[in-house]
Amino acid sequence: MIAPKTKRPRPLSPNIQNYRPQLTSVLSIVNRITGVALSGAAVVLVVWLLAGASGPQAYAVVQGAIASWIGQIALFGCTFALFQHLCGGIRHLVWDTVHGYELRSIYLSGWAVVAASVVLTIAVWSTALFMGG
Amino acid sequence: MDREQQGSRVDHRDMRSSSVRAQGLGSAKGGAEHWWAERVSAVALVPLTLWFVASMIALTDSDHAGFIAWLSSPLATIMMILLLIASFHHTALGLQVVIEDYIHSGAKFAAVIAVRLGCFALASAGVVATLRIAMGG
Repeated sequence: MIAPKTKRPRPLSPNIQNYRPQLTSVLSIVNRITGVALSGAAVVLVVWLLAGASGPQAYAVVQGAIASWIGQIALFGCTFALFQHLCGGIRHLVWDTVHGYELRSIYLSGWAVVAASVVLTIAVWSTALFMGG
Repeated sequence: MDREQQGSRVDHRDMRSSSVRAQGLGSAKGGAEHWWAERVSAVALVPLTLWFVASMIALTDSDHAGFIAWLSSPLATIMMILLLIASFHHTALGLQVVIEDYIHSGAKFAAVIAVRLGCFALASAGVVATLRIAMGG
């Protein structure tokens, strides 16, 4: 008889160490990562609003941090995270209506999310740079 | 006889085993509401985030005066407050799921409470800042 204490921990699913990454699983974890990243972006949004409410000096400090190269990289990352989570979220909302569950549809919508996130991020940054420049 | 005794004590609609029920494990039966609130806030965030991105493009290279002029317009004030409420509500719900998936110790409850309170505080701070700007400081 095996005592309960010596019982090996049973494998939990999904066990990402043992599975080959696929578009479906990669998009699933990316959606979660971008969601967590956007939580950080939401904190920056509040800091930006508070600085704006306190006056031009505080606002200039926050704007300066965002305008720095590290700030611009973070802002670019946040733009992509926003569009990825938005497009991925819309994909989830469509699934919630019990549509698009065929394997073909799942891969089609998955690649559509990847393409839309990249295109929208580039479109926003080109428009902003064009308007700023 | 044995089965009869058990039947009188056990609620058969509860599918959990006796030991799990005694340990207080299993569904808290709040899953559907959490799921639904996550979808409702997600639907709200679609137009709100698109408005926000469009505003940020328009606001590129603008100074403090431009920022104030933008946020004090009634539409921008309302949209910003709705964005803050929807996004922090969605953030609290989403981070709770992430915490529950990866933290299995007592720290789980502390983390969920911290996220809830933090999101509430940040949303409030953002709304107050927006209203201060809208009301002209």
